Amino acid sequence: MNIQSCVEVRNEWDIVKARQSGRNIAKELGFGTVDQARITTAISELARNIYLYAGSGEVAIERVENGGKLGLKIEASDSGPGIKDIRKVMEDGFTTSGGLGAGLPGVKRLMDEFTIDSKENEGTIITSIKWLR
Amino acid sequence: MDKLVIQLLNESRERIYTRWMDEMERVRDEHRLQSITDRAYEETNQELFEIIYTHIEQNVHKPTDRMTEFAEHLMKIGWRLSYITQGLQNFRRIILAIILDANQSNEKVFAMYDEIDRWIDPIVNQLINESAKNWENTVSIQKVALQELSAPLIPVFENISVMPLIGTIDTERAKLIMENLLTGVIKHRSQVVLIDITGVPVVDTMVAHHIIQAAEAVRLVGAQCILVGIRPEIAQTIVNLGIDLGQFPTKSTLFKGMKSALELTKRQMIELE
Ligand SMILES: Nc1ncnc2c1ncn2[C@@H]1O[C@H](COP(=O)(O)OP(=O)(O)O)[C@@H](O)[C@H]1O
Ligand SMILES: [Mg+2]
Repeated sequence: MNIQSCVEVRNEWDIVKARQSGRNIAKELGFGTVDQARITTAISELARNIYLYAGSGEVAIERVENGGKLGLKIEASDSGPGIKDIRKVMEDGFTTSGGLGAGLPGVKRLMDEFTIDSKENEGTIITSIKWLR
Repeated sequence: MDKLVIQLLNESRERIYTRWMDEMERVRDEHRLQSITDRAYEETNQELFEIIYTHIEQNVHKPTDRMTEFAEHLMKIGWRLSYITQGLQNFRRIILAIILDANQSNEKVFAMYDEIDRWIDPIVNQLINESAKNWENTVSIQKVALQELSAPLIPVFENISVMPLIGTIDTERAKLIMENLLTGVIKHRSQVVLIDITGVPVVDTMVAHHIIQAAEAVRLVGAQCILVGIRPEIAQTIVNLGIDLGQFPTKSTLFKGMKSALELTKRQMIELE
């Protein structure tokens, strides 16, 4: 089984596709049902943000290892408008689309590690890891 | 079609046939036809070859009925249209090579090329159009079928309805949920609606947002929502996301939800002696 996958996100069904491959990999790595749900939900949030705010991009999912620790890494990247104020989008409830504004802060809480790398007018790369306990 | 071309095609039929069959064998894997028996593949090739030739005999610039039927039949049994279009393209390539071999003047060769393009392209185009139409048809029928299944509101008891949701919720489905809830609540005079999300694989902020909005809308038409079927892992992720579902009651199972719906409508379940 593939311990790595990359899904292009161009429409809503691609979000489902990214989620599914994330769930499969999480299962394969030995994550329990709750963590599987957390990982799948995080992928859903990031993929939907790509679809909504950047139009298109990709979600890469892979197994990572660090000092004997095993984990799953999500990397969501796009060449969209970028995020101007990263502090602001990490506030609960901040949204520019009339959503709940809970996506990014939510992903941070669902996962163990979370970084945003974004440049205005160039794009955004969000990387997030969940470690296996 | 130019007489010379037709003459050439008829004279070289055997030669074209052998080369064409070789080509078709070579591309067999591309059309995922490995599982077909060699014999069936050869027979189909023969038939296609013959059908292509009838186009030449009848000098038509669109698929003959026989070609259309042949294509429809193959698609029905799971072959790809690309098998036929590739067959036509291979055919074109081979006759062009044969024309080149025939030592005509450049002008003549060019005219023949042109002729053959004008002959084959409309056939390919129409085959593709027809198959695309078929697909669109199938997809739109399935879409309707799916829509009917996607967000049913079922009146269970007087004033109590249930909406069981199964599968992924996308934007379109979210709209249907809202519509069906509102029209259904009014139609069935529901006082309590149970939205059952047992079968929803992922509850992210978008899904949660739609559910919150739907519950709010239901409240505005004078009824109340109870969210049921929240699996333990979903409850956890909702908490992690920081979503507040406190505006309406939630229950882990449909059964518990039904009990409180009955209470809300001043009824209860009792066991008979
Ligand atoms: N990939 C992205 N590119 C540009 N802007 C983004 C991206 N992802 C998120 N944003 C911005 O961050 C805001 C907050 O995102 P999020 O927390 O997911 O909440 P919501 O999607 O509900 O608005 C969005 O409204 C949007 O303005
Ligand atoms: Mg979002």
